[in-house]
Amino acid sequence: MKNSSPLKWFASREGLYYLALALLLVVILPLALDPFRLNMVGKYLTYAFVAIGLVMCWGKAGILSLGQGVFFGLGGYCMAMFLKLEASTPEATAIQSTPGIPDFMDWNQLTALPWFWEPFHSLSFTFIAIIAVPVILAFVIGFAMFTRRVGGVYFAIITQAIAAILTILIIGQQGYTGGVNGITDLKTLAGWDIRTDSAKTILYFVCVGMLFLCLFAARFVQNRKLGRILVAMNAQEMRVRFSGYDVAAFKIFVFCLAAAFAGIGGALFTLIVGFMSPSFIGIVSSIEMVIFCALGGRLSILGAVYGALLVNAAKSGFSESFPELWPFAMGALFIGVVLAFPNGLAGLYQTYVMPLEDRLFKRKPKADKAEPVSQKPVEKKDEGRDYDPMLDQYSPEKS
Amino acid sequence: MFDGYTTSELMSIFAMQGFAGLSLFSVFVLMALGLAIIFGQMGVINMAHGEFMILGAYTTYLTSGFFQSYMPSLFGGYFFIAMILAFLICAALGALIEWLMIRHLYHRPLDTLLATWGLSLIMQQAYRSIFGAREVGVELPEWMMGAIQVTDLVELPINGLFVMIIALSIALGVYLLMYRSSWGKKVRAVVQNRPMAEAVGINSAGVDRMTFALGCGIAGIAGAAFTMIGSTGPSSGQAYIVDTFLVVVFGGAQSLIGTIVSAFGISQAQSTMEFFLSGSMAKVLTLLVVVGILMLRPEGLMALKVRR
Amino acid sequence: MNAAKTTSKDFLLAVEGLTVSFDGFKAVDDLSFYLDPKEIRVIIGPNGAGKTTVLDLICGKTKATSGSIKFAGKELTRLKEHQIVHSGVGRKFQTPSVFEDLTVFENLEVSYPQGHSVMGALAFKRDAQVIEAVEEVAETIFLSDALDQPASLLSHGQKQWLEIGMLLIQKPDLLMLDEPVAGMSVAERQKTAELLRRITKDHTVLVIEHDMQFVGDIADRVTVMHQGKVLSEGSIEHVKSDPKVIEVYLGH
Repeated sequence: MKNSSPLKWFASREGLYYLALALLLVVILPLALDPFRLNMVGKYLTYAFVAIGLVMCWGKAGILSLGQGVFFGLGGYCMAMFLKLEASTPEATAIQSTPGIPDFMDWNQLTALPWFWEPFHSLSFTFIAIIAVPVILAFVIGFAMFTRRVGGVYFAIITQAIAAILTILIIGQQGYTGGVNGITDLKTLAGWDIRTDSAKTILYFVCVGMLFLCLFAARFVQNRKLGRILVAMNAQEMRVRFSGYDVAAFKIFVFCLAAAFAGIGGALFTLIVGFMSPSFIGIVSSIEMVIFCALGGRLSILGAVYGALLVNAAKSGFSESFPELWPFAMGALFIGVVLAFPNGLAGLYQTYVMPLEDRLFKRKPKADKAEPVSQKPVEKKDEGRDYDPMLDQYSPEKS
Repeated sequence: MFDGYTTSELMSIFAMQGFAGLSLFSVFVLMALGLAIIFGQMGVINMAHGEFMILGAYTTYLTSGFFQSYMPSLFGGYFFIAMILAFLICAALGALIEWLMIRHLYHRPLDTLLATWGLSLIMQQAYRSIFGAREVGVELPEWMMGAIQVTDLVELPINGLFVMIIALSIALGVYLLMYRSSWGKKVRAVVQNRPMAEAVGINSAGVDRMTFALGCGIAGIAGAAFTMIGSTGPSSGQAYIVDTFLVVVFGGAQSLIGTIVSAFGISQAQSTMEFFLSGSMAKVLTLLVVVGILMLRPEGLMALKVRR
Repeated sequence: MNAAKTTSKDFLLAVEGLTVSFDGFKAVDDLSFYLDPKEIRVIIGPNGAGKTTVLDLICGKTKATSGSIKFAGKELTRLKEHQIVHSGVGRKFQTPSVFEDLTVFENLEVSYPQGHSVMGALAFKRDAQVIEAVEEVAETIFLSDALDQPASLLSHGQKQWLEIGMLLIQKPDLLMLDEPVAGMSVAERQKTAELLRRITKDHTVLVIEHDMQFVGDIADRVTVMHQGKVLSEGSIEHVKSDPKVIEVYLGH
C-alpha cells in the first residue's frame, strides 16, 4: 500500500470507514444496548463472517456457494463438541446409565464416546479443527468441482445438495450428533462460565475483534494481485487461464478462505448463543447467508458486515411483532436486491452518499483505489456472452 | 442386511419397494420435466418451481371442494378439470413472472436463482396465510381407490398407477412438443443460436415466455397429480426441490431421456434402500452417490460433445 | 513438406496427425504442419475449415482426439492450459478479451510472468522491473499514453493491441493471433501490420486471417485449410495460384 504508516491509513477515506465501523461496534452499541441485546448483535455478527467470505467467493470471484451454512455449522459443531464434553463430566452426568458421555448419547443407548468425539477433549485441537474441518471439506469439494470446471449454477446446486445431505445426516444420526435439537446445555469454556452476562459481553468483544481480523485478512487478499486475479477471473476466465494462471487453484483458494471465515463465525456463534443445531446448516439458512452479503453489496467486505447486521436485526424485529410478514419481506429483499440494487447498500452509498461527503469535506471526487466499494460491479461479462448452462464452465471435449 | 428374509419375501419386498419407488419416480419425472425444460432450454434455475407445483396442488384441492359442494354427481371426473386448471393457472403465473422478473436476468443466472428463491419465500408464505400451515388432502374419486392384487404379497394401489400413467403421458407429450412440433424447433433454435434465430424471424422473447410458462404449467400438473398420492402443505414443494435439481443435473440438463432415466435410478435407489436402512440414511446415501457421480462426471449421464 | 516428418527438432512447432472429433464430426482431420523459428505463418481457409480449432488445440483449450503437438521438442497435448502458457505459447482470441475493470497498466501487470501461483499472487509486489517491462510493452503496442486508463475506455483496435501486449509481456516464443485486424480501420490495420513485423523479430507468429491484403503484407508462408485438412501450403503467390485453393476459397 502507498500509505505505509498505519496512522496515515486511518486518516484515509477507507480507514475512516473502518474506524466508523469500529466505533459503532466497540463503543456505540455496547453503550446503547443491554447485555441481552448486545448478545443478539454478537449473534448477528457471527453471520458477518460468512458474509465476508461470500463477498470474496461470490462477489469477487463469481462462485456462488449455497452451502456456506455447512462450513458455519461445522465450525459451530466443533466448538459445541468441545463444550459439551467439558459439560459432561462423570460427576455432572452421574444419573446416566453411562456417566461421562453427553446426555443425548446416553438417551440413544450409546455406551461409549464415539471415536471422532475423542480429540475434542483438547481445546487446542478444537481451535484447529474449527478452521481445518471446514477448509478440508471446502478443499475436497472445490478440488473435485473446479478442476473439472464445474461452476455457475451447477456449483450452486451441488453445494446446496451438500447442505441438505449434512442436515439430514445430523438429524438422522442423533446418537452421535444430538439430532434435530443439536448440542445444547453448554456451560463452560476451559472452566470459564459462558452463560453469565459478563461472559457474554466479553464474548461479544472477542467476536468483534475476530471480525476485524477477518476483515483485514480479506482486505489484504483483495488488495494484492490475488484479488485482482479473482475479479478478472470472474469477468474473463478464459483470458486469465491463457495468461498462465491455474484458475482452479485460485477458485479453490478463495472457496477455502470463505469456508475458514464461516467456520470461525460458526464457532463464535456456538459460544455466544450457547448451543448449535442443524437448523443453522440447512438449505434455508445457507441461502439466507447469501442475502446478507447481497444486501450489503456483494463487492464490499464492510458492506457484508452491515448487511448481516441489518437483515438479522430486521428478522428479529419482524418475528417479534409480525412473524407472518417476515417471509414476504425476505422474499422481497431477495428480488429487490437482485433486480434493483445489484450492488446493495455499498453501491447505494457510493452513488448517493459519497458525492455528499466529497462536497462536505471538499475532497476531489477521485476514486481511491484501496476502497472496497470503488470497484466496478457486477454485470458479468462471462455470463453475458451466450451463456450455456451446461458447457461453458468446463471443456466438453474431455474424454 | 438380507438376513431373516426368504427369497420369495425378498422378491416381494423388492417388488413393493420398487412400486413405492415408482410413485416417487412419477413425482420426480413430473417435477423434473418442467424444471428441465426451463433449465435445459433457457439456462434459468427456477427455485420457485416447487411452489408452482404446490399451486397446482392447491388448485386441485379447491376444485375437488367445489365439485363436492356443487356437482357431487360429477365428482369422479373432477381431477381432469383440476389438472387443466392447474396447468392454466400455473402457466399464466409463470408468464407473468417471466415478464416481471426473469427476462431482466437472463444474463445473470446466479441472480435468477436468488430472485426466484425470494419468489418461493413469498409464495410459501402466501399459501400459509391463505390455506393455513396445516397440510390439506383431497378426497380421491372412488375409481382411484383400492389396489390391484398381483400376488399374495404384492398389491399395487390404483392411484399410484394413475399418477405414473400421467407422468409418462406428459413426458411423451413434452417429447413430441419439443422434438416433433414447429414450436419445439423454434425453442431449440433459440437455445442454440439466439441472434440467428432472431434473424430468421423467431420472436425469441416470446419463445422464452412460452417456454417458462410451459415449464410452470407442467409443474402445476405435477402438483395436481401429487395430491392423488400425498397431502399438500405450504412448504411441500421445497422438500422436493433439491432432489429434483439433482435429477435434472444428473440426467444431463438438455436431455429429456436422461432426465427420465435419472429420475428412475434415483427414485428406485432411494426407495429400495429405505426398506433396509432408515429413511434418512437412505436419502443421505442416495444424495451422496449422486453428488459423488456428478463430481466425477459433471456433464451428467447423457450429454453431447459439442464443438465450440 | 512430408519428408520432414521424422525430425521435429529443428522446428519450433511440429503438428503431426492432429485430429479432433466432436461426436463423429472431424473438425480437424489428420492435420500436419511445421513452423520454423521466427516465422510468420498465416492460416487461411473458408469458415468452418477448422482454423480456430487448430489454435484451440495448440493452446490446450480443446483436447485432441489423436495426434501430437511438439513445441520446442515438448509434447503439448497432455499439458494444461496454464502449463502450455508457461512453456511459451501465447494465444489471442478473436474477440478482444481484456480485463475491462482494470487499467491498461494493471492488465499488463496481471500478465507479467511472475506470481502466477496462488501464493505468488499474494506475495507479488510491483517493483521497478515490473514497471519497466510494462512500460516497454506499452510503447510497442502504442499505448504508452493510456497506461492509467481503464481498459473499458479503449477503442476496439486498442483493445486488440492491449491483448497482444498482454501476450508479449509473457515473453512467449510462439504467438497465436486469431483474426487480429477484424473490425479495425484501415489506419489501425497498417499499424497492426507494423506491430506484427516488429514482434516477429524475436517471436514466431501464427495468425488466422481473412483479409488477403493483410495476409500478403505479413506472411512468410501461408497454410490453407479446408474441411479440417491442409489444402495447400507455401508462399502467398504459390497458394494464390493453386487451383484447389481457387476453387474452394479465393474463387468465391
